[in-house]
Amino acid sequence: MAHFTKATSVKDWLNQRLAVETVEKVMASEYWIPKNINFLWAMGMILAVTFGLLTISGIFLLMYYQPSVDTAFYSVNYTIMREVDFGWLWRHVHGVAASVVFLVIYIHMFTGIYYGSYKKGREMIWISGMLLFVTFSAEAFSGYMLPWGQMSYWAGMVITNIFSLGSLHFDGLVEWIRGDYVPAQAFLNRFFMLHVFLLPLAIMGLIGLHFAALRIPHVNNQDGEEIDFDAEAKKYLAGDTKNSKVMRFANDFLSKDLMVVGLFLIFFFYLVFWHYGFALDPVNFDPADGLKTPAHIYPEWYFLWSYEILRPFPVDIGLVAFGFAQVIFMLLPWLDRSENTVPASRRGKFAIWFWVMLVDMIVLTAMGKLPPEGIFSTIGLVAALLFIAMWIILPFITKNEKKV
Amino acid sequence: MKELKILAVVVFFTLLTYFLVEPYAHSQMHKHVDSEGFTYADLPALTKTGDKTRGQELIMSAGCAGCHSIEAAGMPAPMDGVMAAQSYGVNPPDLSNAGALYEAKFLSDLIKNPAHALKVEHKFDAASGKMHPMVPFYGMGGDIDQEVADMVAYLQSIAVKAEEVTPAMAFEEACGRCHAVGYENWTQLGTKPKFKHEKDSLAFDIKLLEYQDSLKAYMGKLPPDLSMYFRSRNEHYISTFIENPQNHLAGTAMPRVGVTADAAEKVIEYLADSADTKRHEREAIGMNVMIFSIIFAIFALLWKKQVWRDLH
Amino acid sequence: MKENSRRGFMGKAFGAVAGLGAIGSLVAMKKSWDPLPSVKAAGFTTLDMSIYEEGVMVTEKWRGKPIFVLKKTAEMMKSEEGDEAAMARNIKVGNDNFMIAVGLCTHLGCIPAFRKDTGDFLCACHGGMFTASGLVKKVPPPRGFDIPPFKIDGNKLLLGEVGPEYQSMKDNGVTL
Repeated sequence: MAHFTKATSVKDWLNQRLAVETVEKVMASEYWIPKNINFLWAMGMILAVTFGLLTISGIFLLMYYQPSVDTAFYSVNYTIMREVDFGWLWRHVHGVAASVVFLVIYIHMFTGIYYGSYKKGREMIWISGMLLFVTFSAEAFSGYMLPWGQMSYWAGMVITNIFSLGSLHFDGLVEWIRGDYVPAQAFLNRFFMLHVFLLPLAIMGLIGLHFAALRIPHVNNQDGEEIDFDAEAKKYLAGDTKNSKVMRFANDFLSKDLMVVGLFLIFFFYLVFWHYGFALDPVNFDPADGLKTPAHIYPEWYFLWSYEILRPFPVDIGLVAFGFAQVIFMLLPWLDRSENTVPASRRGKFAIWFWVMLVDMIVLTAMGKLPPEGIFSTIGLVAALLFIAMWIILPFITKNEKKV
Repeated sequence: MKELKILAVVVFFTLLTYFLVEPYAHSQMHKHVDSEGFTYADLPALTKTGDKTRGQELIMSAGCAGCHSIEAAGMPAPMDGVMAAQSYGVNPPDLSNAGALYEAKFLSDLIKNPAHALKVEHKFDAASGKMHPMVPFYGMGGDIDQEVADMVAYLQSIAVKAEEVTPAMAFEEACGRCHAVGYENWTQLGTKPKFKHEKDSLAFDIKLLEYQDSLKAYMGKLPPDLSMYFRSRNEHYISTFIENPQNHLAGTAMPRVGVTADAAEKVIEYLADSADTKRHEREAIGMNVMIFSIIFAIFALLWKKQVWRDLH
Repeated sequence: MKENSRRGFMGKAFGAVAGLGAIGSLVAMKKSWDPLPSVKAAGFTTLDMSIYEEGVMVTEKWRGKPIFVLKKTAEMMKSEEGDEAAMARNIKVGNDNFMIAVGLCTHLGCIPAFRKDTGDFLCACHGGMFTASGLVKKVPPPRGFDIPPFKIDGNKLLLGEVGPEYQSMKDNGVTL
């Protein structure tokens, strides 16, 4: 048994039982962060803050939302938007944050790809991050069902139908997912449960894993420099803070994190109060009608690129392509065969690959929303084929990459 | 500075994506309809000046009050809304404020040829025997244009002044006999009163359902509840839709209602109050939050500068 | 050292600004918990006092709570004579005297039953008893029935609004 002595202070009392000093050192004051990183390294903090905003606004929505097909729309659009004091604020914050969180996730992801932050011991960070992307996607989709508007209903119809897996005709599976022949009460209730309990729980667990996966390999830096963290930390602790290549997480990097968060919040609240239409789709302000499909249906913008990979092909091929798009990012640490953990700009062909991939995904995103007619169909098909081809050639172009 | 360059790249790709999926994609998806400013250019211009005293006599003798009430002139409705809808498909409007709500040009054309002014000739065609329920005014023997001008002058003289038209008045009279707005407690038979007894409430609902049945038969389907239309359609869409429904939905049974530009604005304000009730509060609070966010960012920046002074 | 204290100051200033924001959002959160306007608007009930029969206890509903309405009989009024506390609780509408009270035992909130034969109330939960005027006859209840805010308007009684009669009852400590 451990040896306990009479505590000299509250801090000492806690220290003997919870090792708060050690925890503080490990997580904050002696969690060493390289100095040569830019504001893109603050995206994680922005995501944490946005997740916090989603949780808080979600709590207040949850207090008045009614998961019933008869009253869900009314409880959102009348009770929350008109009756509850500041109900409109929670809904706008929740809706806008749900959309913006994906923008930041994509920036975070492409930052990781650009700087090679998924290699040499950082594979688990990448994998847990991609798992977070998948759970966030499920969380966003399930939340989209809840207002029970026209977009909720028809997105629910279309996305669950994907699980019939084309010619395999797994219609029983689709009905099992819905608990009904069409999206109805059972469907709304179970997606409500997923949205407010199971998926947030999974997300919180995965965030823990994501943070833990980062602690040992430390964060990457913008120059591809291999840093001896122990030596540099010693220098810092000895008082030579100017010449050490590292800094403390708190308060050194934290102050920059929060500065970036501050700038982000200006942008975020501008969207919440004045420019929310992109996140709260007008079509979803029409109540669900199972007998009338809206003239244009499209997923939220962050799902468009993968939707477009599904769309230009015949059903079975489309599903295979869609499945490919869902899992392929996860395999990036192994598809990139190069040893180089440096920015893409110093990696020759990979730099081209990176920018083409980024632009291709933006093209796919745009085509996913545009009506699938004429030139848009053709561009969509080409972009989808290019996406697949790019992933197939990735191992070949990286295998022969020159060592830097 | 390197960070600013990176920021420029991030902002560029973000804005590009935004532009493509929002303004650009929507411009490709939806037909663009320009507003004509509620001038009703297709209707013949007014050439005569009306005389309200003559107009009053004409309205009495032309039999308008056989279907329409004119509460302002002390003439009640000849029958209740449910029965009227059974006879005509929809409850004919009270004419008290017609002169303030509807454009004179529109009223003049409507009196002579309802289906034409309402743009529902695809539905009501005298040649094939399908008459519009409103009987056209064929003239009392004099110059029909002068007579119509007199009638319009009379309607304008009894109506409230244009600046006295409230959003609720404009909506209820121009739109509210076909469209319910549940969130404002408005039904096609008027505001639903509070009943102490369930029985009375149900009796009201039954009357409403009967009215809606007539309306459904007349319009082909029940016109939608407009509670959330201000958010499910944009303002420009609603405005141009009111101006001429056929521009957006060719062949729709919804008539052109012929409201003035002012009245249309009031109707839209009513819909905004229903669907975006807290918009003024949102803007006021938004300003405060923005100011706070900027102060927050400035302090964060200053703190970062202080902390980093020792690091470089 | 001077550098250090300035750095500490900026950190504290920034913390204070962030704290202000947190307080602001707490205000919004608090308001989101308030009863909805529709709940508050429904907090008024009008009773037509001309329909009650003497000596018959009727339970009405106001703000989700039972409201006891008992039109006093001549005997009841007579038996009260000299009993200041009981008389102070009478609500006079027209020529009639009423006992009107929130029908919840002031002990722990059960609904006492009216016993017609003895003309009093008995609470099943802990045996508390109240007289026909709503005063405590037997403990544990600490005080008589609470009287809901009311306003007399001719033959009608509006529950939920404070009228002069209710105000004076409250000022004189007849009800909480």
